[in-house]
Amino acid sequence: MTNAVEQENIKVIVFQLADKEYAIPVSHVQGIEKLMHITRVPKTEKYVKGVINLRGVVTPIIDLRERFELPISEHEETTRIIIISLEDMEVGFVVDSANDVLDIPASSIEPQPEVVGSLEEEFISGVAKIGKRLLILLHLEKVLNPLK
Amino acid sequence: MEVNQYLEMFIEESKEHLQACSEHLLELEKNPDDLAIVGEIFRSAHTLKGMSATMGFEDLADLTHKMENVLDAIRNEKIHVSPEILDIVFESVDHLEEMVMDIANGGDGKRDVSSTVAQLKRIESGEEALPEVVATVATPEVPSVLEYDGFEQTVITQSAEQGFNAFEISVRLREDCLLKAARVFMVFEILEKDGDVIKSTPSVEKLEDEQFDQQFYVAFVTKESAEDMQKKLMKVSEVDEVSVAKINQEQFSEKQYEANEEVAATATATATTPVEIVDTPVEAPAKPAPAKSTPAKADKSHAPVGNKTIRVNIERLDILMNLFEELVIDRGRLQSIATEVNHGELNETVERMSRVMGDLQTIILTMRMVPVETVFNRFPKMIRQLSRDLNKKINLEIIGAETELDRTVIDEIGDPLVHLIRNSVDHGIENPTTRRAKGKPEEGTVVLRAYHSGNYVFIEIEDDGAGINREKVLAKAISKGVVTREQSLAMSDNQINELILASGFSTADVISDVSGRGVGLDVVKTTIESLGGNISIESTQDVGSIFSIQLPLTLSIISVMLVEIEKEIYAIPLSSIIETSIIRSSDIMNAHNQKVIDFRGKVVPLVFLEEIFEVPRKELQDDEFHSVVIVRKGEKLAGLVVDSFIGQQEIVLKSLGNYLTNIFAISGATILGNGKVALIVDCNALIK
Repeated sequence: MTNAVEQENIKVIVFQLADKEYAIPVSHVQGIEKLMHITRVPKTEKYVKGVINLRGVVTPIIDLRERFELPISEHEETTRIIIISLEDMEVGFVVDSANDVLDIPASSIEPQPEVVGSLEEEFISGVAKIGKRLLILLHLEKVLNPLK
Repeated sequence: MEVNQYLEMFIEESKEHLQACSEHLLELEKNPDDLAIVGEIFRSAHTLKGMSATMGFEDLADLTHKMENVLDAIRNEKIHVSPEILDIVFESVDHLEEMVMDIANGGDGKRDVSSTVAQLKRIESGEEALPEVVATVATPEVPSVLEYDGFEQTVITQSAEQGFNAFEISVRLREDCLLKAARVFMVFEILEKDGDVIKSTPSVEKLEDEQFDQQFYVAFVTKESAEDMQKKLMKVSEVDEVSVAKINQEQFSEKQYEANEEVAATATATATTPVEIVDTPVEAPAKPAPAKSTPAKADKSHAPVGNKTIRVNIERLDILMNLFEELVIDRGRLQSIATEVNHGELNETVERMSRVMGDLQTIILTMRMVPVETVFNRFPKMIRQLSRDLNKKINLEIIGAETELDRTVIDEIGDPLVHLIRNSVDHGIENPTTRRAKGKPEEGTVVLRAYHSGNYVFIEIEDDGAGINREKVLAKAISKGVVTREQSLAMSDNQINELILASGFSTADVISDVSGRGVGLDVVKTTIESLGGNISIESTQDVGSIFSIQLPLTLSIISVMLVEIEKEIYAIPLSSIIETSIIRSSDIMNAHNQKVIDFRGKVVPLVFLEEIFEVPRKELQDDEFHSVVIVRKGEKLAGLVVDSFIGQQEIVLKSLGNYLTNIFAISGATILGNGKVALIVDCNALIK
């Protein structure tokens, strides 16, 4: 994540959560899946929805809405699971929809505005303004670690 | 030279040779006069030396060389075996092991061994000042190394009559010679220009395949003189030494045949290299000599000829296992489809396939089986060292070393066993004086036993030592706050024994180097439990203790019972299930805060999985009947209450990944026939 910023352009996957657009570098994305059966795992954090069978690999699933304490919505036709790999972990994020793959110039990334003040603030590594769109770059390590 | 591709093989073989060295050294310690054993050690050391020199690990080669010199002197009866000498040799082997480990871990195998080297040198020069003992073989006085059958004898005799000289030539290649076969070829080319090769040892085929160390012998008839031949042969590069000796035809008497065995034996003993003395029919090149195998006794180290095995990289076996696991999942899927469709032929096919897969599974699993010997074989040396350090007399008996276990289990079980054995030796076996006072033999016995039983392998460590002192353990446990005095009153002997497996426990009055600082035994327990195993202790004071470890045969495919709670499916390993039963609500009794049932005369606590796993309920159920799975952990039972039983199935164990770790009462997951994930219940966590 951090080393990607130094490059001139970074390719990101853009997805929607509530009314905002977020971005994850493509290098960390393993794939985007349609919603499938999730097996609940008891005694875990609320935002851990459970595990899925991702082509034979048992993969945990995190609902990003719940992770960011956004209002919970029903899963819809557009709901996607973005499979992330970070270090030796593979985790799926439930998002409202996966919109785009974009090249964003590293220079357009700014540090997060201090005024945001919501819980999700601590999961953000920066924002990028592309035309009229404001993309929020996720800090994956913080989203995944630690399970507080 | 590009050595990487050989490195793995080098490490593996080095380990084998070192293991062989230690085993034979231990044997030698028991029979110090058996020089055949020295020969075995020498052979291993020599091969190791050659290999490490080729691979460029100079330190390793150097130390082996020094050790080899001492061994050679022993073998030639220049030095007599004494415990001091053995100690030094053991020390060298330890150093060698460390070096090999270092190389295996990516190091360069360098190590400061100067003191050991100095001692080796002292031993070597102490009695005999032979600078290079190896040279002895090549001297012409040595009785013929080669043996000749009737035909060959005739050829030699006849050629002598026609004015030819018959020589026996020994050629020694340099140790770092890379293209041995090519050098052999060059040697033969020179020989065949000037005369005829009658025979060679090892056989020409073996020479071409480089199946020899550095030295080979050739019987040769020529008109040239011995000196000329020697000079010619020395021209071949990478040839270290050539000696040409005239064949003594007077040897060709009837007697030689009777003495054949003896000659073969001396030949093996005198030859610096483990030359394979004719255990295959020897043929003379260019001349079809009668294929007659000489009645030489097959040497022990060359024995496994008929044993057809191949070396397979363990990674490939892992891949095979993974692929098979995929198949098992698909089989589950097929089975559930077949049940839905209910088509006769489909059912039959699926059933047949399941049967074949069952056989396949057995084969794959047995392929991964490794005898526990691979773990056990390091213990004799360890015990030897321990008994010296602690001044105790200990005899280690190993029973059932051939018992096989899955490799993954083998890899993990080593350290716990080391801990337990150290514990038995340190805390169990008393010192000789105490033992005598107790009327026991001075020498304590530790028995390491492995055997199969059902789907489990048991490993037991039994000692005839002091046993566990109940009072001492209790006092300690209470002072350490492991248990309260009130709790302790209700505890059975076994429960008290098992207290020593609790963390923060060390009963030795003096903390010793040998069995840790109380961090040991709880680690043992955790490791064994993480392998799906169990450990229990039986002990009688002053008679001894038995630590018994129960391990599953394999880890990756297990039989489970699938159960349903609301819409969720959980898998309970069959290994922990005793039986299933349906109980009435009215049978449930309340004991304090705990619901219990009376199960075959025993009070068994009930665990409502629905509550433990916080299963969301749409509506409250109030069934009259409850499905209960009775599970056990050691002696203790519990009844897991579920909604319904689905059935028994073979499943593939999958981990939940690195993100979700330490989930309470869940030991893993599996993929069901319908592609969904089911969680595996960890019964051990549910029973306190």
